[in-house]
Amino acid sequence: MNKNINKILFFLFLLFLQVLILNNINFLGHINPYLYIAFVFFYPLRENRFLFLFICFMLGLFVDFFSDSGGIHAFSTLFIAYLRLSFIKIYFRKLPTDYLFFNLKSEPFGKVFNYIVTLTIIHHFIYFSFANFSFQNMSMVFLNTLYSSIFTLILFFTVNYIFTKNV
Amino acid sequence: MQQIIYFFQKFKYFLFFLLLELIAVSFIFNNLNFHKSKFVNSANIVTGGLYKTLSDCTEYLHLRSDNNILSEENTRLKNILERAISKSSMIDSIIVDSTKYMQKYIYTEAKIINNNYSKPFNFLTINKGKRQKIDKEMAVINSKGIIGITEKTSNNYTRVQSILSKNSNINARIKGNTFYGTLKWDGIDYNTVQLHDIERQAPIKIGDTVETGGKSTIFPEGIPIGTVLKLSQGNTADNKIDIKLFNDMSNLRYVYIVKNLDKEEILSLENTQNE
Repeated sequence: MNKNINKILFFLFLLFLQVLILNNINFLGHINPYLYIAFVFFYPLRENRFLFLFICFMLGLFVDFFSDSGGIHAFSTLFIAYLRLSFIKIYFRKLPTDYLFFNLKSEPFGKVFNYIVTLTIIHHFIYFSFANFSFQNMSMVFLNTLYSSIFTLILFFTVNYIFTKNV
Repeated sequence: MQQIIYFFQKFKYFLFFLLLELIAVSFIFNNLNFHKSKFVNSANIVTGGLYKTLSDCTEYLHLRSDNNILSEENTRLKNILERAISKSSMIDSIIVDSTKYMQKYIYTEAKIINNNYSKPFNFLTINKGKRQKIDKEMAVINSKGIIGITEKTSNNYTRVQSILSKNSNINARIKGNTFYGTLKWDGIDYNTVQLHDIERQAPIKIGDTVETGGKSTIFPEGIPIGTVLKLSQGNTADNKIDIKLFNDMSNLRYVYIVKNLDKEEILSLENTQNE
């Protein structure tokens, strides 16, 4: 029960952090971090997968509601939520029996880094492709993906470092 | 039958994933279509209410600059009024206030509570809605120039399609002559919009003022837009001209919503011709 409340609070915290603060940063005019996808990384693997996919979809949809982007965030968040398991298999070489005790904090940093960078770049690329919605300005899509990914990753690893150091 | 159940068992997560993605794609397509009713937008009570609370909190930080803009605008309008009165009194000593009988537009003030300008399709949220008689397809302007068109209303909030949207098409002309074109945005720089399809023989110089053309039922005639920044290079088909906006679209707070009182009459007339 306590864990469920924690999850809901984490969901709301990331949502409001994203829509009220991070969406308004506009570094150098248009670069924003999308830190809410940390929910996908931290959600425990052992839980019901239907529920996980649905919650990620809802998180993306709520961000969409606030940023008037239709269903773009919902689409891209759901996409990485679905792909998460395959990348865990590739990077961490885990079997389904290991999912019960899987925890990002106990894994080596190099693997965690690869895993998070991959998912972040996929998410951002899908997001910016749909936001652009045409094949013109593809260079803008790639540049935005690159800059925003760097911003998100720096923010993610900094916050992660600060909050896990003393534990 | 066994096979089908086995298939669903095996691919249940993938099918669920596919279903949700299809829902998301339908939201995306609906969102980009101006005339379709929309479900995902920031004009509902939860997001609108939250943005309103936030903007109420940050309002005090901008009081000084807002006051400056207001007093500038007041001075300009007072000067126009003085000129109009002196002109009409020169012609005739009896001033017939024709504005009372020939009113064509109603202005409503509103506050922007959420502003986007960094994406290819940008929307703003304002704090007036159906209860304040705001409807879709009304012009949104401020003292410096045009901002957008209302698109979706809820009871207390309205979503505005910014001119910084790849969907926006606004009739515009060069001030001082009648050559007109279509104002669009290419999605790159939020200070620059593009004027398309203007006559090739139109005498245009860098620095010329561009204003709304009055050929639509949404925008009144002569609302300022910006100045010509760059002329089209070479002989392209659409004769594209870069326009620098008067408004800083990243820094907007108070706006006017313009309702055209003759809109229905004009539209019904145009529709009967098509039949």
